[in-house]
Amino acid sequence: MPKKGNVYINENWCKGCEICATFCPKKILGLRGDGKMEVMDPENCIACNQCVLRCPDYAIKVEVIDNNE
Amino acid sequence: MELEKYFRIEKLPHIWCPGCGHGSVMMSIVKGIDKAGWDPTKVVVVSGIGCSSRAPGYMNFNTLHTVHGRPIAFATGIKLANPELKVIVITGDGDGAAIGGNHLIHACRRNIGINVVLFNNQIYGMTSGQYSPMTPQGSMATTSPYGNIEPPFDLCELTRSAGANFVARGTVYHLPKLDNYMEKAFAREGFSYVEAISQCPTYYGRRNKLRSPLEMLEWQKKNAVDIKKAQDMDPEELKGKIVTGIFAEKDEEEYTSKYDQLISSVQGGKK
Amino acid sequence: MQGNEACVEGALDAGVTFYAGYPITPSSEIAEDFAAKLPRVGGKFIQMEDEIASMAAVVGASLAGEKAVTATSGPGFSLKQEIIGFAGMIEAPCVVMNVQRAGPSTGLPTSPAQGDVMQARWGTHGDHPALVLCPSSVADAYLLSFQAVNWAERFRTPVILLLDETIGHLRERVILPRKDEMVIANRKQPQGSPESFQPYDILDEDLIPPLPPYGSGFRFHTTGLYHDETGFPSNRPEVTHRLLERLHQKIDKYKETLFLYETYGLRQANQLIISYGASARSAKAAWRIAREKGLLVGLLILKTIWPFPEEIVTQVGHDKNNIVVAEMNRGQLIGEVERVMDKRIPVRGAQRADGVLITPEQILAKLEGVN
Ligand SMILES: Cc1ncc(C[n+]2csc(CCOP(=O)(O)OP(=O)(O)O)c2C)c(N)n1
Ligand code: SF4
Repeated sequence: MPKKGNVYINENWCKGCEICATFCPKKILGLRGDGKMEVMDPENCIACNQCVLRCPDYAIKVEVIDNNE
Repeated sequence: MELEKYFRIEKLPHIWCPGCGHGSVMMSIVKGIDKAGWDPTKVVVVSGIGCSSRAPGYMNFNTLHTVHGRPIAFATGIKLANPELKVIVITGDGDGAAIGGNHLIHACRRNIGINVVLFNNQIYGMTSGQYSPMTPQGSMATTSPYGNIEPPFDLCELTRSAGANFVARGTVYHLPKLDNYMEKAFAREGFSYVEAISQCPTYYGRRNKLRSPLEMLEWQKKNAVDIKKAQDMDPEELKGKIVTGIFAEKDEEEYTSKYDQLISSVQGGKK
Repeated sequence: MQGNEACVEGALDAGVTFYAGYPITPSSEIAEDFAAKLPRVGGKFIQMEDEIASMAAVVGASLAGEKAVTATSGPGFSLKQEIIGFAGMIEAPCVVMNVQRAGPSTGLPTSPAQGDVMQARWGTHGDHPALVLCPSSVADAYLLSFQAVNWAERFRTPVILLLDETIGHLRERVILPRKDEMVIANRKQPQGSPESFQPYDILDEDLIPPLPPYGSGFRFHTTGLYHDETGFPSNRPEVTHRLLERLHQKIDKYKETLFLYETYGLRQANQLIISYGASARSAKAAWRIAREKGLLVGLLILKTIWPFPEEIVTQVGHDKNNIVVAEMNRGQLIGEVERVMDKRIPVRGAQRADGVLITPEQILAKLEGVN
């Protein structure tokens, strides 16, 4: 089974620079009208952690979904 | 790695602009400290003045935000006073290459156990975009409105020849490699210099046709050349490129350990 | 013993364990002596790449828990100024010895002068306090050096020991006080736990916060920006005001105990000579000659020049009808005396700024009734 993840964005820390969106291989992140990032397509997260690694504001957390559940 | 372990969470979000690379470099340093397994109470992080030098305020160690250009000199006093301490210096291309250049050279020459990390955004961020000694030739800055005519400094070459035990250059684009340089730098005794090419979208990017942080990261990707590959390229080809990789890895004896030996021999002689 | 050497002895006896400096005449003997003696007591000496770096290293070592000193002369003293201000702002104990030579610029490297009196007060930018001591003998050099280290630790502030070439190179026989008679001051340490520690929380009446050394488990932030009790930057006017006021008050509050001076022949005197440093030696000779001539002259030698001992000068000078201020510059401390006397009493300057020690005759010439 491919890995899956839940993406959490800390809106207090996010500055909407869009770096995460660019590095996300599944392109599931996007900029919202209020200048914060949002997870547009949560189903498609593969828990690769690229957004976590790339966010210069440490505003993203990814929780790996346990497939055995 | 738990953020809470090494960051002063209540101080975040940091003051840096959206898309500024400094946050990524700060994280890379913290990961390096985590890998090194240092006791946070024994770590001192010293910085000068600049956007980059604001980093220590967010880092939960002994932190010292000094004056412009002199953090390495403060760090020298700290390390010599108590060699048990792990001393990291955070500096910028203005702080470390212009006003603080001489201290950098002499710290390399002494090979004192300080780990310098230079956030190279190729511009003076804090003072709103003047050119620095590491601004590429031809770049626009508020003080080079017709394009910078000065060649940039290659501090990796400089620190290597000045005697640093470890020298490397990475970029925010190639983050995992940068993390690796931090790890190696912190593991080695003696002086280390790690340069991180960072991006300042606000004052460098906008003026230099790199309209977003992403374009700046693209620029890093396009222009970075691995040091091994660079060896086969001629100077013309290398113009405007950023050579990345490890420039020096040596095991020369560290300064404070020599000083401790001096103390023992002087005291031994007296008896 | 030589004056410069006495400075080193005084500092070592006060517990100094760290020196960073850059060579400059006429202060170099201080560096040389520290270089020889510090390793013997397990201390550290380093010759830095310049005076700015030396000052920075001293502040760094101080934060790491050492008692730290640097020494220099005019050109180097100018370079140190920014970081002297930083040390004051973050409250890092340290001592700066300036063996004055004639300036401006490279001036006369081997000649005495007292041209840095105002620089010692106002050299670094901003509205800071200053604590400056001036020895006028080799014994003074020892005692004031010891005192400077003690006060730096006790008040958490940079202290400037302002010598001049004459005193620095003077050789005199001195009888040092017994070590067990000298009381050493150490910086205050925190009482509570690292978790609850706030580096600039003022808990004591003396307005001075404790300073734990790096590595002791107390982790905190230090910055030259205006900061609140947590040590983190703040630009709130009330925080700014409170910090600057406290930096002044912590010294002002103990001002009276900081005024070191000597007086001679004050009883019945109707004229007064005020002097300090090497000039005070000529002033003392002048005073003796005047006394022999039957003139009623008193002498006040100041050891502490900043904070300016206003109260002492007023008390000693208020009933005189002529005050002569002898110094080796074009008139620096005299301005303070004039301010205090507020035109009630004539104040005259006996001044010399050509690299030659001021003579007793020059001072005598400013007294009334000498002929
Ligand atoms: C002695 C002194 N000179 C000048 C300044 C003004 N100043 C503050 S930061 C800075 C340049 C910072 O550039 P850099 O080191 O590249 O850091 P960045 O802000 O780009 O991260 C300057 C010139 C100062 N604070 N002190
Ligand atoms: S000005 Fe530049 S360097 Fe400073 S925070 Fe903004 S983007 Fe970063």
